[in-house]
Amino acid sequence: MDYATLLQLLDSTVRLATPLLLACLAGLFSERAGVFDIGLEGKMLIAAMTSGAVAAISGSVWIGLAAGIGASLVWALMHGIASITFRGNQLISGVALNFLASGITVLVAQAAFGQGGRTPPLSGNARFGAITLPFAEALRDVPILGPLYFEVISGHPLLVYVAALCVPLTWWVLFRTRFGLRLRAVGENPAAVDTAGVSVTRLRFAAVLIAGVLCGIAGAYMATALQAGFGREMTAGRGYIALAALIFAKWKPWAALYATLLFGFFQALALRPDVVTRVTTLDIPVPALEALPYVLTVLVLAGFVGKAIPPRAGGEPYVKER
Amino acid sequence: MTQTASPAIELRGISKAFGTVQANKDITITVPRGTIHGIIGENGAGKSTLMSILYGFYRADSGQILIGGRETAIPDSQSAIRAGIGMVFQHFKLVPNFTVLENVILGAEDGALLRPSLSKARKELARLSKEYGLDVNPDAVVEDLSVGHQQRVEILKALYRQAEILILDEPTGVLTPAEADHLFRILSGLREQGKTVILITHKLREIMAITDNVSVMRRGEIVGTVKTAETSPPALAELMVGRKVLLRVEKTPAKPGKTVLEAKGLRLMRGGVELLKGVDLTIRRGEILGLAGVAGNGQSELLEVLGGIARAEGTITMNGHSFTDPREAGIAHVPEDRQHLGVIMDFSAWENMAFGYHRHFAKGALMDNRTLRDETAEAMKRFDVRPLLPDLAIKNFSGGNQQKIVVAREIERNPDLLLIGQPTRGVDIGAIEFIHKQIVALRDQGKAILLVSVELDEIMSLSDRIAVMCGGRIVGERDPATTNEKELGLLMAGVNDEAA
Amino acid sequence: MQRIPRWADVVLVPIISLALAAICAAGVILAIGQDPMEALNTMVVGALGSAYGWGYTLYYATSFIFTGLAVTVAYHAGLFNIGGEGQAQIGGLGVALVLLFIPWPHWSVALLAATLGAAAFGALWAAIPGYLQAKRGSHIVITTIMFNYIAYSLIVWVLVDVLRPAGQAEPATARFPAHLGLPTLTEIPGLSAIFTDQVPANVSLFVALAACFAVWLLLFRTPLGYEIRAFGKSESAARYAGINPTKIIIVTMMISGALAGMMSINNVMGESGRLLQNASEGAGFIGIAVALMGRNHPFGVVLAALLFGFLYQGGAEIGLWTQIPIDLRVVVQGLVILFTGALDHMVRMLLGLFFRRRAA
Repeated sequence: MDYATLLQLLDSTVRLATPLLLACLAGLFSERAGVFDIGLEGKMLIAAMTSGAVAAISGSVWIGLAAGIGASLVWALMHGIASITFRGNQLISGVALNFLASGITVLVAQAAFGQGGRTPPLSGNARFGAITLPFAEALRDVPILGPLYFEVISGHPLLVYVAALCVPLTWWVLFRTRFGLRLRAVGENPAAVDTAGVSVTRLRFAAVLIAGVLCGIAGAYMATALQAGFGREMTAGRGYIALAALIFAKWKPWAALYATLLFGFFQALALRPDVVTRVTTLDIPVPALEALPYVLTVLVLAGFVGKAIPPRAGGEPYVKER
Repeated sequence: MTQTASPAIELRGISKAFGTVQANKDITITVPRGTIHGIIGENGAGKSTLMSILYGFYRADSGQILIGGRETAIPDSQSAIRAGIGMVFQHFKLVPNFTVLENVILGAEDGALLRPSLSKARKELARLSKEYGLDVNPDAVVEDLSVGHQQRVEILKALYRQAEILILDEPTGVLTPAEADHLFRILSGLREQGKTVILITHKLREIMAITDNVSVMRRGEIVGTVKTAETSPPALAELMVGRKVLLRVEKTPAKPGKTVLEAKGLRLMRGGVELLKGVDLTIRRGEILGLAGVAGNGQSELLEVLGGIARAEGTITMNGHSFTDPREAGIAHVPEDRQHLGVIMDFSAWENMAFGYHRHFAKGALMDNRTLRDETAEAMKRFDVRPLLPDLAIKNFSGGNQQKIVVAREIERNPDLLLIGQPTRGVDIGAIEFIHKQIVALRDQGKAILLVSVELDEIMSLSDRIAVMCGGRIVGERDPATTNEKELGLLMAGVNDEAA
Repeated sequence: MQRIPRWADVVLVPIISLALAAICAAGVILAIGQDPMEALNTMVVGALGSAYGWGYTLYYATSFIFTGLAVTVAYHAGLFNIGGEGQAQIGGLGVALVLLFIPWPHWSVALLAATLGAAAFGALWAAIPGYLQAKRGSHIVITTIMFNYIAYSLIVWVLVDVLRPAGQAEPATARFPAHLGLPTLTEIPGLSAIFTDQVPANVSLFVALAACFAVWLLLFRTPLGYEIRAFGKSESAARYAGINPTKIIIVTMMISGALAGMMSINNVMGESGRLLQNASEGAGFIGIAVALMGRNHPFGVVLAALLFGFLYQGGAEIGLWTQIPIDLRVVVQGLVILFTGALDHMVRMLLGLFFRRRAA
């Protein structure tokens, strides 16, 4: 494999890893607070459709982004009401909201645009364009690093950099702020937070809503940056891959970045079976490449690649004991 | 200032009902500043409910709470903390993977950033540790600490929040006598500094050892408040149960026969901790062997191993044979934690009657539910279980009636050996007597019984032979007729007779 | 919280949940500018108004009974099996292999063999997550989701690279021998008088009903079922009672997977006559809604499966005859799962208020 092909692969790795990363960090906030979130997929999907539709109508990608985040927040709120307020089963709530998003996106997009459940193609200000980082052009001719900077690091839509910035930000919030301390505590032992006079409900809602915002950005990225518009089921299981990456990353922000980059790389590979064949000289079927993140996750879950210990109070609605 | 003159805390006519159950009824208590006040009562007497009201978990239906002479509403824990109330729960409310420091500041941070809070807390903690003899490493991760140290973290948490009133709920249940003594020294120190302590317990010994005044609760009511110096354990016990207590069980001397169970060199590791460190044990026909010890010294694990729930190194034989299925070998087991182990709470009484023996009720591929139901109805009649409804889910029976069903089930199989753990935990007095009689009757039929209980009185009155466990070992054996509480207490604390 | 009578819990809770789901769905229809009454009318006429419609409703219901039972069995052991979809697809592979490579003389023996093949493949596919849960503590929900995707990839590979006949463009197996086609309700003596038009509902329906009875026997009348239910309520207590958790988890998941796999006799053997990509069409997921709606009781599952059969056939009619996309049925499915599975406490609370007022 030549250097140019590698750069191409890495470039699409970054593009494909971005929604995974945002969703993974969303899951991280929610699960660190003790609320399982299978509904990352649904939140991304509803955000993708809403942002795609609103950007198409308004002609502004920013309004589209805001609408996408708003829609995702509605889903997050429903998850919070079901699993925090009414102490429902968090897994079932997530599954239900995924189906709801899957159906409603098509219904609404079809009603609004009549294009078979798609939103109209976006262009110009209705879409996030690529940003060229400073000196990218100038450094292009520096051997090895120049093209790497130009091709892989530079030249992505804004939201890619936003997602990258979310990693240190998440780390800082979780481990350096009062809110982070309480959030981590509520996922480990909510009774400790409650008896310390802090509302478990409010903390968990905050975490779930943060997850909503991040999934909203992820969905908007799908429809207005990665693609030019929403298409039916366009998230294609990315919410679940993000969940897998979260487990792989053992609920840690920096590890989440590496895990999603790895899974993004697999997705990039699956798009280029020709490269895989050339490099391995084996005829590896595309489905095998597509299944790789899932197989890897199963291996991680099984403890063959390091043990993943989830937050202790995860999945359990908090009920005060006497 | 009026505050110095007024009592630290005063409850006036507190009442609380859950549905038709009156958990607290017209509770009135006055606790003077700088004293240790005991609240004693049996399980279910309403002590926990009262404390939950004081800490803002429940709101009282009626009544007033006065803190430092001023009426104070406590709608939530935040208000309780603000009012200067600190609570040390029986089950600690700590975040296991946080450090001591992080646990202490949780909920009491200064500002949105952690760093200043942590450094401030570090200084404050050093001061508190010195002042009250609460020695804890602030950077230790809580899950690595011993139970005694975790309890100190809880006390530090309260003190860090400037608690003036400290409530401790059954604080010694998980402590060794030595740790308990240390705790009492800490509490005395707090009293000297002018703090007020409320100690909730069901152990008479603790009340006598440390408190200034004591209130006795029975069935949701305060039946008396007295100065500790002016009362005695029998007098308190009488107040607790409402009549003279005869804890001595009527029984004839044991006539032990040949060995039923023999265990040798039992070792059990769990999570990197050795919980049983080579236990040898023999139980003979026609005797009750009592196993005494502070909770958490291996008694529970020994029961689990003998009952086949946990697997340990070493050999166990029944009537000289090794075995794989304890029930087949003639071992019946009334587990310590009835509600979590002994029954399925959502199953009906008759379904629970087969629990563990369900394969015996198979007729061909299917279960013979009719026979099972008939047998259950009959057993419930014999054991005086109320209400006599085999179809009722077992969660709807009282603790005592649940326990009767479990005991009935285990005795019905006519076992050679009965393992029975905490037989009277959460059981009312009437049922206690009934269950004790059943145990003695079983012994008189020539069965072997292994009794585990943290209630020393129960061990002393029922056993024919007492073995004491400490730190995963059996550290001594005594004859109940010739030993006393003091001697057993020393053994339980790990003080060997040779050394002593 | 106010206790509600048992009959209300069993009957009213699902009905109210369904009503809430219906109201929300009507809201969605209104929001996209369509008429909910017209939608309902189209659904009822299309799914229940004719023997032809019933033929489709029953066909869908057959699949949903199998997948609903699969979720139900796992639920009783405290396991949430979201992997029904993958298990059904792999079950379909089992059916295809049995029918393509062994010459069967008659559809009846072939049905028996295909049922076993489907069950075995589904069971095996569910056994792996079961084993990982029991032995390695891997969360069954996540692993079964992963296994859905792995199954999907596996089937794509098999259909593209392995079982696709030479010269065929479509990713699918060859057709099964014609004489192995299952009799549809049109071809069954007695029923043929009612079902005059060709319908996809076939003899698998009776296998499904038999499976339902068998699951009821298993759960409530056998020692194994007793152990499964006890384990589902309390793992520690089950251990005390000498119940082997590893065995229960793996066996339960295998039974669950077998039931999910068995739906393939309905769609793969009965309807399409060959294995296609994504043959189960989401029926594995609908099993979750069916089990929740049926209160995890085998007989409740039959009723809920009928309801969802109606919803699916009706939804298809809506997609055909109105401006509302067929995806409405996914919306309703999501709403039913939400109200019956996640907001059940809310529904009970509402009912509790009602009963308290009535008692007062």
